[in-house]
Amino acid sequence: MQNAALVGARPPDTGTSTGSALGLYAAVARGAFRRYSTYRAATLAGTFTNTVFGIILASSFLALWQARPNLGGYDQSQAVTYIWVSQGLLVTVAVWGGGFQDDVQDRFRSGDIAVDLYRPVDFQGWWLATDLGRAAFQALVRGTVPMLVGALVFRTRMPEHPLTWVFFLLSVLLALLVSFGVRFLVSITGFWLHDSEGVRSVMLVVSMFFSGMLLPIALFPGWLGDLGRVLPWASLVQVPTDVFLERASGAGLLGAFGFQLGWAVALLAAGRGAQWLATRRVVVQGG
Amino acid sequence: MRSWWLCARMWMRSMMAYRASFVLNLLASLVTHSLDFVVLVIMFRHTDQLGGWNLPEIAFLYATATFSLGMANLLVGSADGLGVRIMSGSLDTMLIRPAPALSQLCAERFSLRRLGRPLQAAIVLVWSLAALDVHWTWDRVLLVPVLLVCGTVIFGAIFVGGATVQFWWGESKEIQNSFTYGGATLLHYPPTIFAKELVAGAVFGVPLAFVNWLPSLRILDRPDPLGLPTAFQYASPVAAAVCVAAAGFAWRAGLRAYRGTGS
Amino acid sequence: MALIELQDVRRTFTVRARTGRFSRTRREVRAVDGLSFTVEAGECVGYIGPNGAGKSTTIKMLTGILVPSGGRLRVAGVDPARERVALARRIGVVFGQRTTLWWDLPLRDSFELARRIYRIPDRRYHENLGRCVELLDLEGLLDTPVRQLSLGQRMRGDLAAALLHDPQVLYLDEPTIGLDVVSKGRVREFLREVNRDRGTTVLLTTHDLTDIEQLCERVMVIDHGRVVHDGGLDGLHATGGSERTLVVDLAEARPPIEVAGARVVKVEGPRQWLAFPARESAAPIVAAVAERYPLVDLSVREPAIEDVIARMYAEVAIG
Repeated sequence: MQNAALVGARPPDTGTSTGSALGLYAAVARGAFRRYSTYRAATLAGTFTNTVFGIILASSFLALWQARPNLGGYDQSQAVTYIWVSQGLLVTVAVWGGGFQDDVQDRFRSGDIAVDLYRPVDFQGWWLATDLGRAAFQALVRGTVPMLVGALVFRTRMPEHPLTWVFFLLSVLLALLVSFGVRFLVSITGFWLHDSEGVRSVMLVVSMFFSGMLLPIALFPGWLGDLGRVLPWASLVQVPTDVFLERASGAGLLGAFGFQLGWAVALLAAGRGAQWLATRRVVVQGG
Repeated sequence: MRSWWLCARMWMRSMMAYRASFVLNLLASLVTHSLDFVVLVIMFRHTDQLGGWNLPEIAFLYATATFSLGMANLLVGSADGLGVRIMSGSLDTMLIRPAPALSQLCAERFSLRRLGRPLQAAIVLVWSLAALDVHWTWDRVLLVPVLLVCGTVIFGAIFVGGATVQFWWGESKEIQNSFTYGGATLLHYPPTIFAKELVAGAVFGVPLAFVNWLPSLRILDRPDPLGLPTAFQYASPVAAAVCVAAAGFAWRAGLRAYRGTGS
Repeated sequence: MALIELQDVRRTFTVRARTGRFSRTRREVRAVDGLSFTVEAGECVGYIGPNGAGKSTTIKMLTGILVPSGGRLRVAGVDPARERVALARRIGVVFGQRTTLWWDLPLRDSFELARRIYRIPDRRYHENLGRCVELLDLEGLLDTPVRQLSLGQRMRGDLAAALLHDPQVLYLDEPTIGLDVVSKGRVREFLREVNRDRGTTVLLTTHDLTDIEQLCERVMVIDHGRVVHDGGLDGLHATGGSERTLVVDLAEARPPIEVAGARVVKVEGPRQWLAFPARESAAPIVAAVAERYPLVDLSVREPAIEDVIARMYAEVAIG
């Protein structure tokens, strides 16, 4: 699987050492993009599924907001838009998990993972690059089509300020970094646990719930809401969607970005630490 | 049936080889599947009705849909692995055994872990039955088990029928998900909140409405948003039979296409 | 009556290829194109050919998995495509590259499942299992989970599992692929035993010609869906248009000698190599050489079977 990405990638550009490293990661990301773009039928089928779920959930939100207008500070069209944006984000930022995690799991199963740690390419950087490439492709189809359908079938709310689109994209990118940070930590537990499958399935639940994928965090009661607002998963769906709905501006917007960025840095750093421990562990055990 | 049981038992024993992770997994799946219900409960902290239905009524819808889906998934859900089996060639190894390929396929990777979903649904069902304010007549009492059995059969037929598409289109698994998992999500909510076209599609297209919507209208004494004849509310067994026939026909056609006969 | 009978069997596949960004073309590929042969009960037949020649397609038709596009096919008197499930009880199949054994469970459990699925009577099951365990040396492995077995051990397990229900025919698709020399030898020995002592008809495809040399008196070469050779291993030389080599040691070093019907391909001091068509007798050439040159020693070398096959594949590919 990973080789497919390698084959698709061009050799790094020559130049300064940082330039060539960046070139390499760009090539890796391009390879991943191309690899996912070959799964045309699966992409189409998945987009269909996102759209069906979007219709069902948007109808349920409409009913809820009919009973309680302005619930959680969202009006009806905002609530419906919330569903469609979140359906677009679901696969793009991998709220479910997956993406590079499946590849890493294959590497664990085949035992190639120990070799990966010793490659001249940085382990974390490599997988981050593949995940960015994957997300870029999935944003194109699975991210946009459900939103388009939603806008056609329901009364949705598009951003009023053109700049909001830029902020939204920035927020999605940060969401992806946070999502990668979490998933990387989960996958790397494979060096210590026999099987990280269990951790993954627990993470799926936590992530789906606390990202605001199922219900906006603003609707969570009491302490659950307070908790949800500070956990990293809020960065995945809740924050980008609120940016899209223009629920924050000025300092509030900066605060949202700061929240996402803070978690991204913390998680990536933790991943780096875990990677260092894993490498040491592999050295001690002799591979 | 016999070969399904034989294979399923083998898979169970395989899973038991990892007993610790089995218990963990079962617990995790119980919690995971409760989450959908937690979302409904949170919704009802903000309102006392959704589309005109109260929490015990929606809990009844939720429990019956989830139980049916869960049982179907437990029994035949593995059929959705067909595309992978075709690619890896392991469908061929099923075809050389003197047992129906479909039952071997359905028993593939059989796992008691999947009990999590119906188990959780059963708990919610018991609660909703206790909390419901229903005038129980004999036909309503009888409709509950009929509903659960027919619902399981209908979802099972959708699992198999959907998997059959993979004979022609190997990557179609996700589409099937929209009818199974998506279908169950649809049935968690009362038909009153959806567009009439969608509800009609669930009656006359993919007959999901027969899983719990139509019989529930009778059990909970609710008006039909489509105004269909009352007979529809008792017709789940007929719908289930039609679904099974259609899925069986599709499977045979798919297998024939795979093996390469035109007729 | 022949156990396996094929008459003008054909099988086509429609292949869809992308020719442009949006356009696709359908193309008919004839995987098997007018195949006719018969196999008598008790034979052991090697079925060889280059990749994509139609070997697997043939096996799949013989097991009833694939339905032929045309022609007549009978195995043990029945049409496999129509009576696949009934036939399944009378045939055994081993695919070298995939196992039918239960990955996480002890080997014994897979045998137990075969017993249930094939409804093997108790006595026969224990007899057959005992024999397989003994011949394949599986005694110590019965309680080992399959995932812990080596490739060779797993293949032995698969062979046993395929034979527990006393099949009349055993199809083997690459049974020795990936095995080490010792494991290969053991598998071959077992197959010989099964074929000779039990009278089980064996049809095997392989890329390892040693399998054929050691097991089969008859070999069929298939290419582009047609049989290009059917007969003994020796006959391959004639069909393949190969050459034998006469090596002569002369009394002294000489320039290449001249003999009718043969040509010198190599000279090394007093020793010279003469090539001549494999179907010709060596006697007249030896006589001619002996008559004109002082001869010290001579030997005749048969062409290596690999070379013959390689040449045959190449010719078919060109033609």
